[in-house]
Amino acid sequence: MSENHVVPLSLHLKVFAALIVLTGLTVLVAFADFGRMNDVVAITIAVTKASLVVLYFMHVRWSGKLVWVFAAAGFLWLGILLSITFADVVSRDWIPELPM
Amino acid sequence: MSHHPALAHHFEDLEQQHESATLGMWAFLITEVMFFGGLFTAYAVYRWRYPEAWLEGSHELDIGLGALNTAILIGSSLTVVLSIHAAQRGESRKIVRWLLATIGLGLAFLVVKAIEYSHKFHVGHVPGPNFASGDFVHTETQLYFGLYFAMTGMHAVHMVIGIGLFAVLLGMAMRRRFTPEHHSWLEMCGLYWHFVDIVWIFLFPLLYLLGRNQ
Repeated sequence: MSENHVVPLSLHLKVFAALIVLTGLTVLVAFADFGRMNDVVAITIAVTKASLVVLYFMHVRWSGKLVWVFAAAGFLWLGILLSITFADVVSRDWIPELPM
Repeated sequence: MSHHPALAHHFEDLEQQHESATLGMWAFLITEVMFFGGLFTAYAVYRWRYPEAWLEGSHELDIGLGALNTAILIGSSLTVVLSIHAAQRGESRKIVRWLLATIGLGLAFLVVKAIEYSHKFHVGHVPGPNFASGDFVHTETQLYFGLYFAMTGMHAVHMVIGIGLFAVLLGMAMRRRFTPEHHSWLEMCGLYWHFVDIVWIFLFPLLYLLGRNQ
């Protein structure tokens, strides 16, 4: 909870190593054919990497609840932007064109 | 009781001041998430509309250079964290060293990006009147390159601002302005830098990797 929490050096190095390994992994699996699941795999790895950066490098894991709320709010609004936009884009062709 | 010279009079103590700075920085980062969110949404909508054009475009990018830049940025995030670690332990010379490493890695990223950009200008894969549309089957591939330059370009602008911030921090570190009790400037610029890193963590797979299995 304390903002002056000192994170051990070894943890920083482990997070760095995990991020590098995940970068290599995402390049490798990009050439494997999982059909439409390729997109899901790539985004999942990217979200995992971003979470590591937010929680450890950006220190959110040890920050107060208000910081958690602020950080989550950004991604909540991004979710609203994407979901409402795609609700429109994806469903446009569902209804045949109406006569004027 | 005399207070810490860095403590502004409207705060109770340094911890409260630091927490306020952190919240303010996160509020700014939310606006940044939405700024890049608009670009990511545009990318997703047009990729949904023109999947073949996106396939053609992504095959033109150099995965090696993209992966190299990803590693460089992750490395620079580590050096930022190490400079904060040094500040927490009052190791002034290490702060300077890690800030120099961060600036160096940031510049290395921009050099690699410049190599990629100049190649695209050379072969005419820059949207506009000189676009080499004969290279592609789908006309919407130009849209892909438009978004490629908009997204990586805005990211590069953020990198330039970040390097400028770290140059200022370097000057402060050399004047020994950071103490174990108070180094909020270092931490706040670090939050910004990590955010810019996260943007690239998404740009790399979305622009370079998706569709390589086809």
